[in-house]
Parts: sequence; structure tokens; C-alpha cells
Amino acid sequence: MSELGLTSSSTLERVIRVPSVERRPQFADEVQLRRALDHLSGVDAVGVAHRVGKLATRSLKTSTKMRAIDVALSMIDLTTLEGADTPGRVASLCAKARRPDPEDPTTPAAAAVCVYPDLVEDARRHLVGSGVAVASVATAFPSGRAPLAVKLADVAAAVEAGADEIDMVIDRGAFLSGRVGQVFDDIVAVKAACRDAHLKVILETGELVTLDNVKRASWLAMWAGADFIKTSTGKVSVNATPTVGLVMLEAVRDFAEETGALVGVKMAGGIRTTKDALRYLVLVNETVGGRWLSPDLFRFGASSLMNDLLAQRRKQQIGAYVRPERFSGD
Amino acid sequence: MSDSFLTSPLGALEYAPAPESASLARLRDSYGLFIDGSFTEPHSVSDTVNPATGERLALYTRASSEDVDAAVRSARRAYEMVWRDMPGSERAKYLYRIARLIQERSRELAVVETLDNGKPIRETRDVDIPLAAAHFFYYAGWADKLGYAGFGPAPRPLGVAGQVIPWNFPLLMAAWKLAPALAAGNTCVLKPAETTPLSALVLADILRQAELPPGVVNIVTGDGVTGADLVSHPGVDKIAFTGSTEVGRIIQRVAARAGRHLTLELGGKGANIVFEDAPLDEVIEGIIDGIFFNQGHVCCAGSRLLVEESMADEVLRRLRRRMDQLRVGDPLDKNTDVGAINSAAQLAKITELTEAGEREGAERYSASCVLPDRGYWFAPTVFSNVSQTHRIAREEIFGPVLSVLTFRTPDEAVAKANNTPYGLACGVWSEKGSRTLWVAERLKAGVVWANTYNQFDPTSPFGGVRESGFGREGGRQGLEAYLDV
Repeated sequence: MSELGLTSSSTLERVIRVPSVERRPQFADEVQLRRALDHLSGVDAVGVAHRVGKLATRSLKTSTKMRAIDVALSMIDLTTLEGADTPGRVASLCAKARRPDPEDPTTPAAAAVCVYPDLVEDARRHLVGSGVAVASVATAFPSGRAPLAVKLADVAAAVEAGADEIDMVIDRGAFLSGRVGQVFDDIVAVKAACRDAHLKVILETGELVTLDNVKRASWLAMWAGADFIKTSTGKVSVNATPTVGLVMLEAVRDFAEETGALVGVKMAGGIRTTKDALRYLVLVNETVGGRWLSPDLFRFGASSLMNDLLAQRRKQQIGAYVRPERFSGD
Repeated sequence: MSDSFLTSPLGALEYAPAPESASLARLRDSYGLFIDGSFTEPHSVSDTVNPATGERLALYTRASSEDVDAAVRSARRAYEMVWRDMPGSERAKYLYRIARLIQERSRELAVVETLDNGKPIRETRDVDIPLAAAHFFYYAGWADKLGYAGFGPAPRPLGVAGQVIPWNFPLLMAAWKLAPALAAGNTCVLKPAETTPLSALVLADILRQAELPPGVVNIVTGDGVTGADLVSHPGVDKIAFTGSTEVGRIIQRVAARAGRHLTLELGGKGANIVFEDAPLDEVIEGIIDGIFFNQGHVCCAGSRLLVEESMADEVLRRLRRRMDQLRVGDPLDKNTDVGAINSAAQLAKITELTEAGEREGAERYSASCVLPDRGYWFAPTVFSNVSQTHRIAREEIFGPVLSVLTFRTPDEAVAKANNTPYGLACGVWSEKGSRTLWVAERLKAGVVWANTYNQFDPTSPFGGVRESGFGREGGRQGLEAYLDV
């Protein structure tokens, strides 16, 4: 990744101090877990919005903008999650993920292609040897309203078919009614079913609504073994927002300092423009520092974002905008 | 178990320079005074410098006693002939026009302010200039509704107001002074600070552009001598001063002798009180905003952090980390968080007080930023293990220097917060509303912020108690300072 040419920083890098031994806490029962959640400090929504507003004014110019665009491209989980998905569509998406801009081989590939479990095998076939991972949503995505056995079977099938990453949804109903132990146990069970696959836990922040809930759900998921925490399914009216992103980034930062475990963050849904993506990278940069500016710890779940990044990338290179049709649809 | 800093294989994203263009300021070589609707020929000029580089920006005129006299006479004429008897709805039209022109020329004003003051362009662009326009808009709305402001059915203006303003928010302080005075029907002679005269002179050009009748506002630049001439002039009916408590005392003596109306907005040593249950991440940002906003050149700065002892270590650790992330440097760069100290004299004062802090045994931590090698700079600094007797806990530093003290109970927090001769502003941080209100009721301060700090709005009255002064600016209450009530 060093070809992205990011320089090291004396200050922004020294954001996080982690224990050298990784240790996630154990909980004997739901009461202990709830106490731990209650112990988290509150979140002041006005303050978060203020901070996000200030960071939104950061100005990324010239070489910084070019680097940031490339970093953003390398973080994309190119996603198709429609009832009408077909093997053909998945094939074209995979081709796009491997070589986003065929005219410019220096363009970074996407991080992963994200599909439904029944299309994992197709995606796997098209991505062999590319370095692009196959991610699959599972656990009765997007509502999560299915018996645990069904969810686990869903996960097992996706892993069996070759998924490198599993995007699960939490049971929001259980979380909102206070059954946090059940949410925890579900995640632990899914994590076990993932075997070697990485687990992204979707909080569906648009349904949790408050930032206090977002923070509590983030910690809950991390305690239960999440490799990534992810904002949204993209299937409800409110998806990723910068305020939610800030709260989740602060959570992974504090979690790393407390346990030594590095958990990634995935912003999903509604991120369409380069401007949006760069604002998230600024949040990452100034909250958790450079270690998270990498696809192994930060992702965008998006589809139309890629072409906007490509157009802006070309603009940086030739100084003029090109027609959007220059870049392939997916 | 040993800890280690987490470093990135990629490194952090360093921001390339993103400077706003200095040429937007369109500065002239030299400036005269704005008297009776036009600029005079420059004379007795002094330099005004860019504190970020030490380079001269322009020459401005040091107004003589005769100049001040001419300005006050012009204001008197305008008061009696035009402004006093003009219908409020007509005065409002001028104020609205001024507000709109400030918005139209906001980029120019932001650059001028940043060049002359040293504060970051992000702050002039997002705070100083928009708020200045907002004050004119707000008081324009009052001009024809004075009878409904709670000061009687037809409150009368005071006459000619002599207004002396500081260098920390040059244009914004001009707006705070001029807007309510003009709305109420007074005319004005404004004296900007000697190190920051330029934005007021651009404002003078805006007043001309707005076709404000000659003499309604006069702007006389100069140093303390000019200020003294203005406040002691027999033709002035009302004195409004924002600045140091020391100068405020002198002005109060002058005003008392002459029986003038007076409002003073003076120094402060604001306490930012953090309880254990406060929202931690937002607290850190609030502390940063409270003390490092505008390089700490803020009379209401949260310069004393009172933190509940049980969480003091955690707050300090996070605060130091956050301070290391502050981007200190070129004020014109859009990504700069902390700019230059306004003058060599102010830098000397900050340096002297911080050295006293070290001598008295407080523990100093300064941000690990690289300071430019010319101009006036001071790294964001926090002192811990500060006790009530230390000078840095008692005297106003007016710079990017925070003193941290601890408390054990709400009573102790209130006692320590009030243990200062000042009384301008405080902050209270807690998730428990009842406690916030309990504390706020007992604080001797004109302004109390809850779970935020340094928030300003034209609808909200601002001002101090005790040695922080008297009178309010902003809101309906701000009209009282310019009405005969």
C-alpha cells in the first residue's frame, strides 16, 4: 500500500496507545454485560454534530486529494444487494472491482465485492487471484428476523461457498427491548460459524436512532468478537451519517486502547460522492489516526461512489472533468 | 504489560497547504479616518503588522484630539439633524443593508481580519464575519419595535456613543457595539484597537456603500491616547468599552466624573466545570474550544478547567493527545486550527505568566507542534497540578494556556469557580440536568454554558458581573445600554 505515498506524521499518528497483548473482556451473564454498557460515558449529540461540522471544513488539495481518492477507492466494498441480482450482474461487478478504470492500470482495486449468499460462488470464481475479497451479507439480511438456526445456516452456506467476509445484522428488536445478552450471544454464535471469515456486524444505526445507542451497540458488538462494526444495511431510510461515523470511530479507538484489539469500521449506504468519502477519511484521520486509513480497518459499502471517485481522480490528473459515461456502469 | 503507540504502515493523511489568497484583502497602502461620511487624508501614520509574519500590512492614522473632536461633532450633527428623528423602520433599512453588504464582502473581510489579527481563516470565515452580519440583521429587526422591548412605550436614545473595542474580535466587536446603538437611534464614534484597525476601515467603506447618512458612524483609529481623548470628550453621552479590567477602571473614573452612561465588558477567568458523568469525547472538544478558540484571546475563555478528581487523569490524557493534533500555523491556511498571537506585547505577557506557572510548581505540557520561525507564536499549553494560589489560576492570561484544577463535590466546584474577582462566563459539563441547573444557579457569572462552550448568538445577551464589567450586549437586553431608561 505504500505506493499510495502517504507520508508519516509526527503527531496525527500518535493518536492511539494500545496494550501489546490483545484481551477482550469476558462477561459471566447479561447483568454484567448491561453494567458494562451502562458504564460507558454518554454522547452529547449537539457536541458530535459541532465536531463533525468543523471537520467537514477541512480542505484536501492537490497531492493530498489524489492520495485520499486512491485510499477511498481501495476501501470500497462494491455492493449489489437486489432481488434482481443475477450471475451476469455479479460478473460485471467483479470485473469493475478488479479494474475500476481499464484505461488507467494504476487505479487501485476495490477491497471487496459484496453480494447475497447464493451469489458468493459466482463472485468467488470471478475474483480468484485478484486480491479482491468476497463479502456476503447473511443472517436473514436485512431485517435479521429469522430463527438463530436459520441465520447460522445462512452464514455457514456463505462461508462454504467461499466468502472471505460475512456482514451480519444484529437483532435490533432485541437491542431496543433491552435483551442485550441475546444480541451478544447471536454475534458470538455467528462469529463461530464464520470460521476464518472476517465478521462485520451491522448495527443498523438508522433504527437505533440515538447516538447513545450507537455507542452501546458498537461496544457490545466489539466485546462479542466483531472484526468490523458497520453502520447500515442500506435498506432503511437513514444510512451512514458522519455523526454516527464519528461515534463509531471513537468507540474503536477507545476499544483498541482498552483491549489491544483493532476493530474496523464500515460506513454503508448513501455515500455517493468523493466529497462525502473524503469527509469520512478526515474523520478517520483525526479521530483514530493513520492506522485506520487502510482497507483492513475502514471500508465504504457503496456502488455509485466508485465512478465519482474515478471522475475526480481523472480530474486531478488531467485538470478537467470527463463525461460520467467514460466509466463503466456496474 | 507494556503499551505501544499504534503507528500506521501508511502514515496519517497529511494535508497539503490550502491557503486562502491574501490578495482578496485588497488592502490600501495607507488609511485615513472615517469622519462625516468620508475618509480623511492619512497623517501621523503607524504600521499595522501581520502577526503571523511580522510584516507591515498597511499604514493607519493615529487620530489627534482635533480629529476626535471633529468626529464627535459630526456624530452630534447627524444625531440631531438626521438619525434621532428618523423613523425606526427607516433606520432598519440601513442596518439591513449593512448586514447584506457584510455578507457580500465576507471573503474580503475574513482575509483582512485574518491578516491583521492572526486568527485562522476558518474562524473568521465561519464565526467572526457571519456573526457580525447576524448582529446587524438582528438589531435591524428591533429598530421599529423599540416600544415593545420592555423599556416603556417610546424609549429615547442616549445621543452620541463613544465606543472603544479590543483586538481579539475586531469586526465582531464593532458589530456588537454599532448595531444596537444605531437601532436605538444613537450615533457613534468607534475606536478600533491599535493592532487591528483594518476590518473597521473596510466596514467604513461598507457604511459608505450603504449610503449611511454622513456622521452617523465615525471611525477613528489610533492607540490608547486616541481612546482616552474619545472617552473624555465632553460631547459624548455614552461610553461603551470592551477590553482589560485595568483600562476599564480608568474609564469608569472618567465617566463617573462626567456623569456619562457607561457599559463595560472586561476580562475574565472562566471556569469550565467537568463532572464525572459528562460526555467524555465532547468534553475534550469543549475544553479545546473553550481555551484554544482564537488562540485563547477570548475574554470569556474557559481558562480554568475544574475537573472532578475521579476522572482528572483520563481527561488530561485525552486532552494532551487532542492538543497534539491541533494544527498550529499559517492563519490563511483553511486547515489551521490555531493561529498567531496578536502582538509581541501579548506574547511577552503570555510567556511571562507561563514562566510564573512553572516557577510556582505547576506541571506544564505544551503541544508538540512546530512553530513558524517568524511572527508571534505560542504552542497550546496546559498546566496541571495547579492550585488556587498560583498566578496562572488567578490572572487572565489571554492566550492559549489552560490551568487544570480538581474538585471532589459540586459545592467545592462552585466555590472554586467563584473564587476569582471576575465573573464573565463558565461552562458546566454533566449528563445530569438537575445538577447542571443547581451549579449554574450558584455561579457568579454573566454567562453559563451547559455541555458546550464559546457559543455566541445575537439573540442571547452577553456580559459580566463583578470585575468583568456591567451591561449586556446582544438580545433585547442589549438595547438597554443605548436607551434612556
